[in-house]
Amino acid sequence: AMDTDLSSQDRKDLDKFIKFFALKTVQVIVQARLGEKICTRSSSSPTGSDWFNLAIKDLPEVTHEAKKALAGQLPAVGRSMCVEISLKTSEGDSMELEIWCLEMNEKCDKEIKVSYTVYNRLSLLLKSLLAITRVTPAYRLSRKQGHEYVILYRIYFGEVQLSGLGEGFQTVRVGTVGTPVGTITLSCAYRINLAFMSTRQFERTPPIMGIIIDHFVDRPYPSSSPMHPCNYRAGEDNGAAYPSVEDSQEVCTTSFSTSPPSQCVFTVTKAHFQTPPPVVTDTLKVPVMGLAFSHQLSSSRLSYQPAALGVGSADMGYPLLFAGGLTAAHPHQLIGPGKEGGVPPIPSQPAHGTQADQERMCTPLDGVHYSAATPSSSEDTETVSNSSEGKCGSPHDLLETIFIRKVGAFVNKPVNQVTMANLDIPFAMFAPKNVELEDNDPMVNPPDSPETESPLQGSLHSEGSSSSSTGNTHDDFVMIDFKPAFSKDDILPMDLGTFYREFQNPPQLSSLSIDIGAQSMAEDLDSLPEKLAVHEKNVKEFDAFVETLQ
Amino acid sequence: PHRTQRRAPPGAAPAMNCRAEVLEVSVEGRQVEEAMLAVLHTVLLHRSTGKFHYKKEGTYSIGTVGTQDVDCDFIDFAYVRVSSEELDRALRKAVGEFKDALRSSGSDGMGQISLEFYQKKKSRWPFSDECIPWELWTIKVNVVNLANEQERQICREKVGEKLCEKIINIVEVMNRHEYLPKMPTQSEVDNVFDTSLKDVQPYLYKISYQITDSLGTSVTTTMRRLIKDTLAL
Repeated sequence: AMDTDLSSQDRKDLDKFIKFFALKTVQVIVQARLGEKICTRSSSSPTGSDWFNLAIKDLPEVTHEAKKALAGQLPAVGRSMCVEISLKTSEGDSMELEIWCLEMNEKCDKEIKVSYTVYNRLSLLLKSLLAITRVTPAYRLSRKQGHEYVILYRIYFGEVQLSGLGEGFQTVRVGTVGTPVGTITLSCAYRINLAFMSTRQFERTPPIMGIIIDHFVDRPYPSSSPMHPCNYRAGEDNGAAYPSVEDSQEVCTTSFSTSPPSQCVFTVTKAHFQTPPPVVTDTLKVPVMGLAFSHQLSSSRLSYQPAALGVGSADMGYPLLFAGGLTAAHPHQLIGPGKEGGVPPIPSQPAHGTQADQERMCTPLDGVHYSAATPSSSEDTETVSNSSEGKCGSPHDLLETIFIRKVGAFVNKPVNQVTMANLDIPFAMFAPKNVELEDNDPMVNPPDSPETESPLQGSLHSEGSSSSSTGNTHDDFVMIDFKPAFSKDDILPMDLGTFYREFQNPPQLSSLSIDIGAQSMAEDLDSLPEKLAVHEKNVKEFDAFVETLQ
Repeated sequence: PHRTQRRAPPGAAPAMNCRAEVLEVSVEGRQVEEAMLAVLHTVLLHRSTGKFHYKKEGTYSIGTVGTQDVDCDFIDFAYVRVSSEELDRALRKAVGEFKDALRSSGSDGMGQISLEFYQKKKSRWPFSDECIPWELWTIKVNVVNLANEQERQICREKVGEKLCEKIINIVEVMNRHEYLPKMPTQSEVDNVFDTSLKDVQPYLYKISYQITDSLGTSVTTTMRRLIKDTLAL
């Protein structure tokens, strides 16, 4: 019934638009992860081959991969096109960073004009994609790739799989375009915890700093395509391997008509769009644990070692050093990658309970890392509202909020949840927790994973299931080896663990005390008479100025 | 017939049906230009098309818009802008003047820069054309002074993060697909678009700015039409 409303020409055009939109989407995403600045020229004369009136290059290998994944189909309900961006270190560890999803839902806009409005909105959406691809964390990572890691992409078509992104991943919506056959949605889900990753078993235990877990190397999807490096250069190696010229019949329509007077009607009805805005709203403001200013310097310095794989910091804006330092209870749970030792592999730690995850858990790992628990991302919902930006002028503000961890958009929790950390006590995160975390939220506390065989793993598991209160389990773990995959440990002059332990319980920053706040207000008030005196003195000037405005 | 001039006076609220968005940033002095350019270019990326070429029977074709990445020197941030040197020059000029005004105001360094998209509505003689704004972007800026290099380093990152949020906000607004002027006929195109650039065609826009002093009032108010002063009369 849907098709009868749409003329066959419109239908053909729409299908073509969606197909080329999908191809261009892939090009924009992959090119944004090549590690280079992109530059294309504007051209005032239409060439007839620039889809959506945008100069987006077509890398032949990328087009080939995209077409292969699509296999002649178009995105439809339940059949989404996904571009997965991941990072692979020179040691072979890999980690998913982002999933870009081009989806179609059933909300149709019958009134919209295909050849005009839909086309222009798809063009606008591609521009938004260009902008958004530069603001997710993977962009900065990809600009620094080459020496110690590379960025890979993989295109697949079907159901969106977000579980490889770790807990607390963030989503951003790029945009939507309504069409007569459904609404096209483009969004990105991206990992935020680059410095450490959580496992279900270690849900309640404090995190380990600086450890990256390698979830799995074998892709669980038999039909999935192999990963490709983003900075593959088609021209260098197999220049002739892929057809690089589109058929002449695929030329885009660039001709528009102004004659119908109904162009001003924009009939996209917003009532259809019920998806919640996924933009970042909640941020977890975590006081960096007990650092005096000088130590904040060291974490900042750590951030800016370009050679270092400081992926948690420089590229995220989060100091790698204390990305994990949200609670002080278990500083010893640093376990090195098992590659060096003879520790048997453990199954991967999938994030959330879908069927696919259950299958994945049985996949053995060859690279072995032990994961660290994050505190549940629900712990603190203190919102840094935008209104604070206008006032955030003082250096104090900048220093206090050195570490911001964004709460995942998919974490379904009440906004007004209060934990100790919301109180004014600095380092309240380290106080014993009396507040109940959401036990029922599967995103936060997924169902238990099955027992494993490794004795080490077993003991960690039992530790992890105990309460996460501070203090009493300090010595249950011995640090075996500390070799974080994504940071170098020779930047700081002292052992990371020692440092961590030493600065667990620092004294309160004087700037955080109420007295200082009151003092500065008093100072402001005191200076008012002075300011008034100055203005009084210049009153003649002001009056003259006012005269000129009359 | 009597027509009232409906142009909004400087600093007043925008006219009816004009969508208004406000963004706020706190930056260090040397970051002002890059932060403003990032926001303005991102908005204009979405509000520029290729050049129109009108053909017979009311049809037209649209040129191609190229884009390029810009890395900021003082902020850990990169953004995409339209590949048009003319447009970039125009924005840099505006932002440069804003920055100079901020600096010379001697106050706490607060101000705002506005990017307004408008349509021209031709009136009969002797009345002058009306400018009807349909979208207004205001960026409020608070300039902070930092004491040392470490603070500056942190500021680089923080402002970078904040700008990422701003880009997401801008894209969100753009995605609402709210009012846009309808595509004009050849005779009307200059009432909707700025056709003076040779490679791209943004919607008609003007940039203006205001500096506020420390008491929060506009004692020194500077309204400048830096580009395309279309109110010649």
